[in-house]
Amino acid sequence: MAAPLVLVILVAVTIRAVLFRSSLAAFISERVEVVSPLNSWKRVVEGMALLDLDVSPYSGDVFHETPLIVYLFHFLVDYVEIVYMFTDVLTAVALYLAVKEYNKVSFKQQKLYLELNKYSAGSIDLLRVPTEMHYVPLKVAIFYLLNPYTILSCVAKSTCALNNAIIALFILATVKGSPLLSAVFLSLATYQSLYPITLFTSALLFLLQRQFIPVKMSSRDFWLFTCQYSSLFLGCLTVLICHSFFLLNSWDFIHSIYGFVLSVPDLTPNIGLFWYFFAEMFEHFSLFFVCVFQINVFFYTVPLTIKLKEHPMFLMFVQLAIICIFKSYPTVGDVALYMSLLPMWAHLSRFLRNIFIVSCMLVVCSLLFPVLWHLWIYAGSANSNFFYAITLTFNVGQILLVSDYFYAFLRREYHLHHGLYLTKKDGTEATLVLK
Amino acid sequence: MAAVWAVVVCAVLVTGVSGTAGDSFQEELLLTPLRSGDIAATFQFRTRLDSDLRREKVSHYRLFPKVLGQVISQYSIQELHLFFTQGFWRTRSWGQPLLQAPAGAELWVWFQDSVTDVDKNWKELTNILSGIFCASLNFIDSTNTVTPTASFKPLGLANVTDHHLLRYATLPREIVCTENLTPWKKLLPCGSKVGLASLLEAERLYYSSYHSQSVHIRPICRDPDCSKVSWELRQSLTVVFDMYTNGQGKRDWSLFKMFARTVTEPCPLATQSKIYVDSSGYDKELDLFEVTPPSYLEEQVPVHGDQRIYTVYDLLKPGFFNTSRNLNVALRWKGSSADSGQPRPPVFHAERYVSGYGLQTGVINTMIYNNHPYRAFPVMILETVPWYLRLYVHTLTIITKGKENKPSYIHYVPAKDRQRPHLLEMLIQLPPNSITKISIQFERALLKWTEYPPDPNHGFYISPSVLSVLIPSVKNLKTNKLEESSLFSTLFPSSDGSSYFMRLYTEPLLVNLPTPDFSMPYNVICLTCTVVAVGYGSFYNLLTRTFQVEDSKQGGLAKKIANLIRRLRGVPPL
Repeated sequence: MAAPLVLVILVAVTIRAVLFRSSLAAFISERVEVVSPLNSWKRVVEGMALLDLDVSPYSGDVFHETPLIVYLFHFLVDYVEIVYMFTDVLTAVALYLAVKEYNKVSFKQQKLYLELNKYSAGSIDLLRVPTEMHYVPLKVAIFYLLNPYTILSCVAKSTCALNNAIIALFILATVKGSPLLSAVFLSLATYQSLYPITLFTSALLFLLQRQFIPVKMSSRDFWLFTCQYSSLFLGCLTVLICHSFFLLNSWDFIHSIYGFVLSVPDLTPNIGLFWYFFAEMFEHFSLFFVCVFQINVFFYTVPLTIKLKEHPMFLMFVQLAIICIFKSYPTVGDVALYMSLLPMWAHLSRFLRNIFIVSCMLVVCSLLFPVLWHLWIYAGSANSNFFYAITLTFNVGQILLVSDYFYAFLRREYHLHHGLYLTKKDGTEATLVLK
Repeated sequence: MAAVWAVVVCAVLVTGVSGTAGDSFQEELLLTPLRSGDIAATFQFRTRLDSDLRREKVSHYRLFPKVLGQVISQYSIQELHLFFTQGFWRTRSWGQPLLQAPAGAELWVWFQDSVTDVDKNWKELTNILSGIFCASLNFIDSTNTVTPTASFKPLGLANVTDHHLLRYATLPREIVCTENLTPWKKLLPCGSKVGLASLLEAERLYYSSYHSQSVHIRPICRDPDCSKVSWELRQSLTVVFDMYTNGQGKRDWSLFKMFARTVTEPCPLATQSKIYVDSSGYDKELDLFEVTPPSYLEEQVPVHGDQRIYTVYDLLKPGFFNTSRNLNVALRWKGSSADSGQPRPPVFHAERYVSGYGLQTGVINTMIYNNHPYRAFPVMILETVPWYLRLYVHTLTIITKGKENKPSYIHYVPAKDRQRPHLLEMLIQLPPNSITKISIQFERALLKWTEYPPDPNHGFYISPSVLSVLIPSVKNLKTNKLEESSLFSTLFPSSDGSSYFMRLYTEPLLVNLPTPDFSMPYNVICLTCTVVAVGYGSFYNLLTRTFQVEDSKQGGLAKKIANLIRRLRGVPPL
């Protein structure tokens, strides 16, 4: 298994190295789809230039990266391309190992359920088999490394690649069952971009499941572990934030990073839903809608956790997708992360309803982004509505994709417990509906 | 006629009283034929108040306008400089200006060190001045105010140079017209009835290529040993008349041709009233024109590092208006009328432009020319760029003669969205005979639809950059004392004669920003909310419902209706 992975890594690194050396790199790094005000490399360089001028990078409104990133690149600025390639490889390897481990865990779980007779006898076709699961980790790595979105993000040196690496390491640590590392990486991810905080519940549920602690309000172990994990997470977060404070000796960065993420002052176009909405919003409703849109991102955590408490890994996948769709400054790098996890759910394909249409939608939108951007910004023959329409379609596509997977997942679970071929009382074939 | 006599009597009385109070008023007009054939007329009016507005409470004003005196005391102003300008001084073809101002309005104020909340005073002052001068100075807010560290030094007596007491703002979009001129003329002791100010007729002044009026208030020394402080109000107005639109293509100029008026009498309150005509000419053109009526008074004044010869008319000289009822100074060219060839470029000038295409990014380029044959000198550059152009200071490049030129001083304050502009101040050494190119990249922001001005596709004005420079003189000159010398040469204090101070402004820039569609806020709100609702709805659906095998026995209302129709049609029910 290692040999194909190495091959994929070599191919991926070669593609990136070639693109870094080509004239396309400068073009890609200015694309609004690939970089956002939060993670553009140009702004990281600006932040370092401001530090060199003895000006706090957070005194202006150009730099919104965390202090750790600016200090990290202060030392690595000469090797930045290698750092980015390494980051992508690291993400892919972490995802590869995580999925491999998760397959083991889920296979064991399936075996246990079979032994406990929890699955219906008629669902034997739905069970996962090792031959099918064998190539899933490699597929995930390929989906991450060779995804055009990831390649663009890496060539543009968007710091989104770093955030993805942190989240991938977080998934790995969680799947491996290490509460400490999981909490450390989760707090790092939260510190970097705030939204990953919604992954907290899925990680907690996964770790609980791994340690065979039942999720019950009356259980003492459950509360003990929850407190332990949350204090680890909060402790790490506090350490990180205090460390940032001591690096710059001011709290400005809190407002400049998290205030910027939450209040959406920069309306530079991107692939998300926020920019045009708030450019066109009536001033006195602006605050209200900012609150509604931000609550929207975080709120899905509660019902999803309740619904998917038996399946924390799928919960994590859905959360990643929701963050990507509804966050304030999304880029294609975020899309690439949750898309790379799609092969994990390949066994749901039997129940997917409109995957073909959705894939076509996403591909066509991705191609139309640069076209309509050019028409608006350079040719002047279209206006902002054209680009906006494409962002809407792209987001509808993503929403349909995720809800389709969600539907398929729920349906498979139902069939696992009730048999694949359902019959009515009179023996004819029955149809399944949501009620 | 009786009124005139009354004025004269009053004037005599006032002069008698001012023997103790010592307030004074001087007026002056300078006519400078420009190399391009155009003519520049510069009016200077100087009112001196011999009381210290900072220390004592002044309740009685004679010549000094009360409204400004009260503003100075109320807001603890140390120095105030206000410009209203229409058009752009073309340094390349007109030569170096005596006092240039950027297009639109410019205001810079030094506050006294007793002021605790400078921003509050500044805000109130701009609103008061807006009322006094009928201008949109109330649009000065934190988004266009900066605090330069080195470009603007106090011009008068000052014991503090802490730049936190300084505020500087420009409004490049401001349109200057007669409603600004009328209150400005009202500050003069004689108004616009008599004296040189009677030439200021709005209809002619705004029919010109360049028009700039300014107000300068500063404390000065009352006597040479500087034991007492006086306050000086200097009102200056520069206008450039175009050879083709005003002069019918001829270089012959007269006061009547320019202003449709002539001078009939000096202001009786003035202690000095003079008209200067620059008669030194340029190079070979020397003595190519004659000035009528002839005057035998000539004066040498150091201007821009050069000794210039001026023909002077002293209107207060007894018997000056006896020989002729009025004075119509005229310049008559002897040689060929037009086209004296390409004018020699001035020692120092600058220009600025935006490059790049599309509405995403762009580059601001400033070209600075040092045409001095053998001396290098430093220039202080001040750039104020509004927040909606996001500057990237790491892209700043300064290139002189193909080599990177590193600024010896750099002060950068990055912008904050909707709060403050970018401020970039640099001290750059200009080698002799060189062109320096400064370029910096910016990104155009998309604003909220309510933040665009009317006609957003006209573009956004970016205020000019300010270049302050001490230029080495060609000749070593001695400087005269303030009270005796002509007014136009004494605004900027100069320490010695080896160099002279000059402040130049580049062109304002017009930059387009990407615009949203202003016609469809409702549609956008509806459509985006629909997409969010699609997301919410599909998740809500999957979260709250469960899978169930469809039981055909129970039908909904739709099925019942369908069966009813089927029965009517005579088809078996579902």
